[in-house]
Amino acid sequence: MSGAALSEFERIKANSRFLRGTLVESLADPVTGAISEDDNKLLKFHGSYQQDDRDLREERRKQKLEPAYQFMVRARLAGGVLSPAQWLSFDHIARTWANHTLRITTRQTFQLHGILKRDLKPSIAAMNHVLVSTIAACGDVNRNVVASANPVETPAHRLGYRWAERLSDHLKPKTRAYHEIWLDEKLVAGGEEESEPLYGPTYLPRKFKIGVAVPPTNDIDVFAQDLGLIAIIEHGELLGFNVAVGGGMGASHGDPSTYPRLGSVIGFVEPEQLLRTAEGVIEVQRDHGDRQERKHARLKYTIDRMGVSAFKATLEKRIGFALQPSRAYHFDHNGDRYGWTEGNDGRWHLTLQIESGRLADSPEAPHLSGLRAIAEEHQGDFRLTCNQNLIIANVPAAQRERIDALVAEYKLDGYRRLSGIRRHAVACVALPTCGLAMAESERYLPQLLPKLEALLERHGLRDEPILLRLSGCPNGCSRPYLGEIALVGRAIGRYDLRLGADFTGRRLNRVVRENIDEGEILAELDKLFARYAAERNEHERFGDFLVRSGVLPTVRHAIDAEVFA
Amino acid sequence: MTAATLSPLPEDKQPLVARLIDGLEAPTLLWLSGYLAGVAGQRQPSGKPSAAEPAAVPEAQPRLTVLYGSQTGNAKRLAEDLGRRASAAGLAVRVVRADAYAAREWKQERLLYLVISTQGDAEPPDDSRALVEFLSSARAPKLESLRYAVLGLGDSSYPNFCAIGRQLDERLAALGAQRLLPAGEADVDLETVAHPWLEQALQQAREQLKTSAPLAKVTTLRTARIAPVWHREQPFQAPLLLNQRITGRDSDRDVRHLEFSLDGSGLHYAPGDALGVWPTQSPALVDAVLNTLKLDGDTTVRVGSEEHALRTWLSKHRELTQLTRPFFAAHAERSGDAPLRELLAPAARDTLADLFSRWQVLDLLRRHPAEWTAETLVAALRPLAPRLYSIASAQSVVGDEVHLTVSHVDYALDGEARWGAASRFLAQHAEGENVPVFIEANERFHLPADDRDILMIGAGTGVAPYRAFVQERAERGAGGRNWLVFGNPHFHSDFLYQVEWQAALKSGQLHRIDLAFSRDQAEKRYVQHRLIEQGRRVYEWLDGGAHLYVCGDANRMAKDVHKALVAIVAEHGARSAEDAEAWLSQLIQRGRYARDVY
Repeated sequence: MSGAALSEFERIKANSRFLRGTLVESLADPVTGAISEDDNKLLKFHGSYQQDDRDLREERRKQKLEPAYQFMVRARLAGGVLSPAQWLSFDHIARTWANHTLRITTRQTFQLHGILKRDLKPSIAAMNHVLVSTIAACGDVNRNVVASANPVETPAHRLGYRWAERLSDHLKPKTRAYHEIWLDEKLVAGGEEESEPLYGPTYLPRKFKIGVAVPPTNDIDVFAQDLGLIAIIEHGELLGFNVAVGGGMGASHGDPSTYPRLGSVIGFVEPEQLLRTAEGVIEVQRDHGDRQERKHARLKYTIDRMGVSAFKATLEKRIGFALQPSRAYHFDHNGDRYGWTEGNDGRWHLTLQIESGRLADSPEAPHLSGLRAIAEEHQGDFRLTCNQNLIIANVPAAQRERIDALVAEYKLDGYRRLSGIRRHAVACVALPTCGLAMAESERYLPQLLPKLEALLERHGLRDEPILLRLSGCPNGCSRPYLGEIALVGRAIGRYDLRLGADFTGRRLNRVVRENIDEGEILAELDKLFARYAAERNEHERFGDFLVRSGVLPTVRHAIDAEVFA
Repeated sequence: MTAATLSPLPEDKQPLVARLIDGLEAPTLLWLSGYLAGVAGQRQPSGKPSAAEPAAVPEAQPRLTVLYGSQTGNAKRLAEDLGRRASAAGLAVRVVRADAYAAREWKQERLLYLVISTQGDAEPPDDSRALVEFLSSARAPKLESLRYAVLGLGDSSYPNFCAIGRQLDERLAALGAQRLLPAGEADVDLETVAHPWLEQALQQAREQLKTSAPLAKVTTLRTARIAPVWHREQPFQAPLLLNQRITGRDSDRDVRHLEFSLDGSGLHYAPGDALGVWPTQSPALVDAVLNTLKLDGDTTVRVGSEEHALRTWLSKHRELTQLTRPFFAAHAERSGDAPLRELLAPAARDTLADLFSRWQVLDLLRRHPAEWTAETLVAALRPLAPRLYSIASAQSVVGDEVHLTVSHVDYALDGEARWGAASRFLAQHAEGENVPVFIEANERFHLPADDRDILMIGAGTGVAPYRAFVQERAERGAGGRNWLVFGNPHFHSDFLYQVEWQAALKSGQLHRIDLAFSRDQAEKRYVQHRLIEQGRRVYEWLDGGAHLYVCGDANRMAKDVHKALVAIVAEHGARSAEDAEAWLSQLIQRGRYARDVY
């Protein structure tokens, strides 16, 4: 690594005075709806990205107007849990300053789109007012910690969420910049020295993601996390966590030095060792991660460069104790269980399917209004899932009927009727707001699904659950590399078709056809659906079938460390 | 023609001119005339406009003075026309702009014609503020030996049409002067009233000056420019090069950036000048009028020496999108509609003004039916006048092009589309089509010397001339600073020329910008609020010799800005409100506070 220059981003972080940069000046500049390029990079650490409406770019260029700059604001909601009061606040922000929608992300939080620069501060302040921060929701730092959304099957399940919350708090940046810029906190008199004991002044080389899975549900895709924690529960007691490191989805088209990678399970730690272990992983990545080339900066590349055992040894040396051998665990699936489930305490939880996680209002689907109506009456809480769905959780039995009525009234009851593929579809945002998108994703899903459903119907597969993941680019927000079927955007209307992941998040898919259009995608899938319908074994999933039948060659990067219970 | 007849030319320069023009064809000569006019415009020291004669010592010989107050150039043109004709008739005559006429001259004046416009509802043109103030004050002398006549110019879509002309006509009489002719009140179709009036005025002048001794020589008029080959009555057919909306899709305003080619026209303009556009009414509107009145568009109608089909009269020669008081009155008479007639009473003035701002001719015809014949209709409707738009480009930068910033006036009245005649005409033109245009100089709105600072205040399309100013000053490398204060409803969609201003700021061509987007916050913020916020800086710039420009809406913006300026000068210049007002009046008179408002 020596000799090569640090990336520009590293210089910006180093000079930022702990993430301040010139954000205050940029926000106040009345001539542009944008902020400066450097501040743009720092803003991510505060939980926001500058974007522009890409649909309008060319039109506005001709109009001699700058691009329609706007901001995405992402909340930090550890484990995806929020109260009805917090829900109402998000709803208010969405309708007042954003584009009248809420978006449930694949990292179990809300993001809001279309916020203008002048509305950024009131939006962030309003979230903080109901005790939701946005700090470190993006940026080179530990981001929102996800946890299995299954709320309270046993008290141990609840602990899974509590640990996600503790990790989230513990690993938060310590700078006061956030409070100064967004919450008008007075500067400490005399300019007290600040420090980031964990991160240091340049934070991490790249983003860092932690997830806590509670088997048998892998709804968070624990092997896609930089640090994946698998809760080991015996007889209702939380014994500790298996530790998986180096998962990550992002890749670049045509660059084999970048790739998706599943986390390597390197051992087991007890609950009281968890925070130190997480710190240790972050510290090793902080000190050994690539700070020259951001494309190679994620933990997965650090680990592949060091080797898994060398990484583990470095980690153990740093944290001062050895990891125990990993424990047995088993995952059934990585999707969500729709409909009502009863918790161990007699409360009920209703999981709703939300297409692409987008809550908006249309005459056919007044979902945003519906959930506002529910939040006004609901006495439990809400849980967002990593599959972009929603759980109305902790409902007393007596309230179920009322919730069902509201769900039906506002047409949120699609989960009862949807086809198997629709219930398991995930799509990233992509156009028009995402700056990275090469192709449509969220907007394409509703056009693509009926066509796939027609094919599946023809082959008698309508209710077969199949994981479909759409992504507008290869960076992987929708975890496309873990889809049984995935489309990864290459250009408008053109995608790589990837097939063959399993149904539990343990096997990556692989490219079958590159850069093809919808006609070719449908033709290819039609063929495979026909074979699947005719040749599958009982209960055999689509992805598994493709591998077993030899349609796909054996897939690399499958989890081999798993020990079946 | 030899250079010797160009009397202001020093003798030693005359052979040079002769050599220069020797063998040149007419189009080249015309181009040269425009070029020289442009050079003249640029060399003109600020505050000394070219068209104004310096106040002369009164001559012994009886002489006609044609005094004019002009905002858009129409009054000036008529005054100069009168001067030329009087001169051609062998009369001693001088043409003087109002702000170049010394108050002490009134007492010696014997024969004076005043040609003066009214801005908006009852405002004098900027060059005449001091004149109106002086004549209205107690300091005005008795004028028993003066004979005079006033030609007022105005726009009858304002209820208080020609108020300034009328007011001065009455005041001069009150001061004892003898009125030679009833005051003329010319509407935007100037010629209809102005030509007969000028004819009579010339006749009167001949008689008044007949008794005096024969003239030894003809006083030579110094006009600013040799008339170019293309002008108001003979417009150039300019191809439209670009017709681009420049407000965002969520804006409720449709503002167009238009680029025309002047290639081959020889037309020259300076930053601050206006482009005149002759519109054609929309065929749909003409049809609607014909259908409403059940008239046949093919009927031939003759007015004076002009003869056209009714449809042609309505589409090319008559005003349909603006209601005028005379037409309203004529229609009220015909319809026998009592409520309509009541609206003409002085007490109903505001109601009528409001109605004029919303209704067009068609609305009146539909709501209050009356019988019209083709002949009576054409006679009653106001002749169509060209629209003037401040030019948004500097010729030094865009060469043979001229750019405009036009707000497409387009609204619904009870579910039906209504529009502005010229803005629709322009907005609907396709690129490549021709539009009849001419240049209308606006000397009072030109740039100062390069080393002067300029403060440009504009709302909406009022930003147009500032685009020309900044282009021109950047091209010239002018040393003075440029400060723009711009306002419009929304930042996101109504920041006209946003990326150009951003680039100008970055490159140092624009030194400061202050923005007022009125609808982006709960409280409405306009340009005057920004001025007040920057009051100290505004005063420092003005006190340091900066030139101040205001362009845009006359009814509210220009008045509010003026009030803000008075407050600023009072506060930061430690003056009373009256002194601040006087201080600003001086700036106006010196040409350092110029307005182009409409």
